[in-house]
Amino acid sequence: MERIPILKMGPFLLVTIQVDMHDRLAETLQRDLSDRVVKDCSRGVLIDISSLEVVDSFIGRMLARIASISRILDAETVVVGMQPAVAITLVELGMSLEGVKTALDVEKGMQILQRSLGIETGGDEDAHPAE
Amino acid sequence: MAHKTKLGEVIRKYESELLEHWMKEQLAAVTLRRDIMSEDELRQQSSEFIRLLLQGIAGDNLTDITAQDWAPVRELLASFSKSRAQQGYSPSETATFVFSLKQPLFDRLRKEHGKDADGLAEDVWVATVLLDKLGLYTTEVYQQSREQIISRQQSELLELSTPVVQLWPGVLCIPLIGTLDSERTQVVMENLLQKISETGSQIAIIDISGVPAVDTLVAQHLLKTVSAARLMGADCLVSGISPQIAQTVVHLGVKLQDVTTKASLASALDVALRTLGLEVKNRQR
Amino acid sequence: MLTRRSETLNIALEEDIVRVRQNTRRLAIECGFSLVDQTKMVTAASELARNTFVFGGGGTATLEVLQDGGRTGLRLTFEDRGPGIADIEQAMSDGYTSGQGLGLGLGGSKRLVNEFSIRSKVGEGTTVVITRWK
Repeated sequence: MERIPILKMGPFLLVTIQVDMHDRLAETLQRDLSDRVVKDCSRGVLIDISSLEVVDSFIGRMLARIASISRILDAETVVVGMQPAVAITLVELGMSLEGVKTALDVEKGMQILQRSLGIETGGDEDAHPAE
Repeated sequence: MAHKTKLGEVIRKYESELLEHWMKEQLAAVTLRRDIMSEDELRQQSSEFIRLLLQGIAGDNLTDITAQDWAPVRELLASFSKSRAQQGYSPSETATFVFSLKQPLFDRLRKEHGKDADGLAEDVWVATVLLDKLGLYTTEVYQQSREQIISRQQSELLELSTPVVQLWPGVLCIPLIGTLDSERTQVVMENLLQKISETGSQIAIIDISGVPAVDTLVAQHLLKTVSAARLMGADCLVSGISPQIAQTVVHLGVKLQDVTTKASLASALDVALRTLGLEVKNRQR
Repeated sequence: MLTRRSETLNIALEEDIVRVRQNTRRLAIECGFSLVDQTKMVTAASELARNTFVFGGGGTATLEVLQDGGRTGLRLTFEDRGPGIADIEQAMSDGYTSGQGLGLGLGGSKRLVNEFSIRSKVGEGTTVVITRWK
């Protein structure tokens, strides 16, 4: 069965979604990510959707669910690279993706994840615009 | 209808004569623009029209041009009208294409009907109503086409007239000037989001000090843009809100709590730089 | 108004939802829609195709390219013989969930298109038609 690869980058997991996912594949990704967060004791998940040209309510809910589940498992989730047309459409659709942090690209997303680790250990408290 | 029209028969019988006579009428018309269209092209289109006209008439429905039978004729007239609109013809010049067929057609109807005055009157009426409808159809399509061209030019103009400026690496500013309508706001906002993505700027300042008034639709578009920017990972500040606009916004019940608003562009820039972890200091002597 | 092109797709498997998206994208590009308009149309198609599959028990999607005078349009018709919707108004309101979030699909899709119509009878099925003009 096809799966979307999950890469480990230190304390974080990186997923790049490049295909137009059918529903089952999306559900599998969600399960795989939760499993890996536990298995690797990950502190963060970065999901790169810069190649996704369509994000409908199903995928949107999946992203929100991944963020909720990860938070319970003590990991932050950041979704990066959403295309402008996709963002406009999601807003029109009424999806706010509550609880999902976002960033413009992988680099900025990693900064958020690293900062969230920093805050935990008592680092400074810059409010980040992407929150 | 008891009267059996001779329209189809006459057109078929005199097809080439009709075409020649019609071409003469068109070429003689003051409204013909020879600089834009060659005689050959005109002849080709005219003969095509006659051919399709015959097809339409063969369907026996001579009054309802919206019916399926007349679809090929409508398509021809639509593309004809659209291209004439683009070439700069006026709607009358375009409709004259169809109307100038009347005289040649009536001449031949008269020939066929001979002494039958009633038959002739009936057929002239049928023909005139049909050609009127077809001529008016070209005008309708022309209008729609011009409207499309105008609106496309408007959007192009919009994009040019609302530049997105980079105030600092990571900080974009879009100064909106003049009255905003719903469509213009949408175009401008889409442009902003695109620039945010292209430049990787985390903060966009939408300055509306040049905007005299804002209505609900425009306010909603602004809010949607802020939401969309957030989904992308950037944040929007709105600056330059006049007291009048502030009052309108509250009065309209638009919820702005989620949006950081500043009275001046300068304060917005201050917030932006701070957010990026930057500070402006006096240089040490 | 002419129908310049018409394609019908079966929605029987989950993968068909993806197919509907891809075909809608192709036709939207052909119609000359802007990227944002393409995305809106494809997203609406995805929502409705999923509804047809999940709640309608499968059905069909008919994609048509329309020509009306000078303007071009894309019309999608989603039909199923499923259980039907008892209260359409409620189903259209955002936030209504029948356990899997049927709400966002319909109400949201309506906002993404120019024309939206829905017919549904309990026990007979549902038909949703959406159109976007260039």
